[in-house]
Amino acid sequence: MDLGEINPVLLVASLMVAATPLLLAAIGELVVEKAGVLNLGVEGMMIVGAISGFAISVETGSPWLGFIAAAIGGAVLSLLFVLLTQFALANQVASGLALTLFGLGFSALMGQSYVGVKPPSMGDIHIPLLSDIPVIGPILFQHDPILYLGIALVAAVWATLKYTRVGLILRAVGENHDAAHALGYKVIKIRILAILFGGACAGLGGAYISLIRVPQWTEGMTAGVGWIALALVVFASWKPWRALLGAYLFGGITVLQLNLQAAGVAIPVEYLAMSPYIITILVLVILSADKSSAPASLGRIFHASH
Amino acid sequence: MIVLEKRPQPSKAWSYATPLVAVLATMVFGGILFAILGKNPIQAIGTIFWEPLFGEFAFYYRPQLLVKGAPLVLIAIGLSLGFRAGIWNIGAEGQYIMGAIFGAAAGLAFYPLDAFYVFPIMVIAGAFGGWLWAAIPAFLKVRFGTNEILVSLMLVYVAEQMLASVSLGLLKNPEGFGFPGSRNLQSYESAHNAELIVGSGMHWGVVSALIAVIFAYVLLNRHMLGFHIRLTGEAPRAAKFAGVNPARLILFCLGMSGALAGLAGMFEVSGPSGQVSIDFNVGYGFTAIIVAFLGRLHPVGILLAGGLMALTYIGGEIAQSQLGLPAAAIQVFQGMLLFFLLAFDLLTNYRIRAARKEVA
Repeated sequence: MDLGEINPVLLVASLMVAATPLLLAAIGELVVEKAGVLNLGVEGMMIVGAISGFAISVETGSPWLGFIAAAIGGAVLSLLFVLLTQFALANQVASGLALTLFGLGFSALMGQSYVGVKPPSMGDIHIPLLSDIPVIGPILFQHDPILYLGIALVAAVWATLKYTRVGLILRAVGENHDAAHALGYKVIKIRILAILFGGACAGLGGAYISLIRVPQWTEGMTAGVGWIALALVVFASWKPWRALLGAYLFGGITVLQLNLQAAGVAIPVEYLAMSPYIITILVLVILSADKSSAPASLGRIFHASH
Repeated sequence: MIVLEKRPQPSKAWSYATPLVAVLATMVFGGILFAILGKNPIQAIGTIFWEPLFGEFAFYYRPQLLVKGAPLVLIAIGLSLGFRAGIWNIGAEGQYIMGAIFGAAAGLAFYPLDAFYVFPIMVIAGAFGGWLWAAIPAFLKVRFGTNEILVSLMLVYVAEQMLASVSLGLLKNPEGFGFPGSRNLQSYESAHNAELIVGSGMHWGVVSALIAVIFAYVLLNRHMLGFHIRLTGEAPRAAKFAGVNPARLILFCLGMSGALAGLAGMFEVSGPSGQVSIDFNVGYGFTAIIVAFLGRLHPVGILLAGGLMALTYIGGEIAQSQLGLPAAAIQVFQGMLLFFLLAFDLLTNYRIRAARKEVA
């Protein structure tokens, strides 16, 4: 065992990369839940995003087009969730599960001819001057553009929810859909837009795994990241910046356990690999005492009788 | 303009009809999917639904129907109890794995003892393993209010790692030439969950599944606890006033579904599968969710739905070898089924009316 081989700078830099898929998926789901909808299909939307992004970027040679396709792919799958929960008024838990089961199968089907293919690389941005600073430079200023997009999205969601009229309406719909409806807001329309946004974000997160983090395609490669993202929203008490913090925390655990595996620590590989899931459970337990910040209409079906 | 009008009572007729309509819709859209994949849709659908039952080699496939259907029914029965009360155990896959590990471990501990009590002990150990794994989210929900959906799902990944760990370490066959995986229980007489009638596919798991169906039916229709489960799901406020103890209900529903999933895993590992290995689990725990919904969370419905889903598994395998249909296509097919079911369920609870524009 040689812990000295773990380079702290690289560790923190790769932590940010590991956290980004989680962050993207979680910030999307946060908006969905703020609108009062519980979409458990994050894992399904992520994996569909992962394969759509992968396929398009391999076919076109452009990772950018890949990410756009991933966002569209995730959003299209979430459209099925819209149909089920907003129009057919189906149970949201069951519909979310259906989305995940369907997405896993669908992505495996689409991805058959892409196993073992190498996607085009996106390349990192080297911000001049800043990226040359020792320690801080490699950690903060030498990443791919999507990672920065993730952080920008957190800021945008935070500002929108807190300071804009759109954010206020979204929160109103999530807190009390009957009151929002009575005030004349289009509850269903707002929720549909929120769900589509969540789908697009989850798709981006999935593509980040298949195009940047890994980068290759394997069946079921999201391996529960979508579910951890759902836990992360609870962890964050539905606050965007806390989602960022949580994502980095989980990213850190993932990277650390991978590094410990590589360093050959005396703990068996399997126990290290299960640690992110166990820590997710522990965090959920610690934070579940306080439910006061959850949107009040979360998971409830809205049907305007007149 | 089309408007939805909530029915005062869910429609009985539609509640029976929706699963059938959903299956038909899945066949149509599945056929379109197969056509896109370049297969003859009618031939593909025929292969999946007809071949296992009445085809040339049906004598081989029919017993498989029981082998594949039993774990699905066993798990789905357990899940349906919780789903009815709004308690969402979606980690049955993990409980299935733990049941298999515990059951196999108990059997292997006795190896090579030849005694009648080895198998019953394995059954108890398997149920205990599944129960234990489901008791974690149950306890955390009761004690701390933790979301059982996320915890039970996280534990699936933990169980998968456990499975990898024991097949490479603790339970590895000492005479296995270093290959991962445990001793084969099929060749250890006392621990083997053999067919009760040779060639019928009928093993103890199938018997247990049938018992579970009867047990669930009696519980839900003739017992106070079953009434409380239904009441909590249909009218949570009324349940509160009726003095239903939610903690007891959570512990029972999750524990029961865990124990049944564990049993399913144990019967699988000691019978059809034979050994604990890294790729032992094939997703029965997740497919059982579809089975539970397709069966309308009703014991008899689940029995039928389990049979149908087993049919798509077997038919899918035949279509895979005969027509070259990808394995994932069947997974999509099964996912579609749940989609259509949830969508058509609208007709059970709502009436669709064409409304004239109201004049103010």
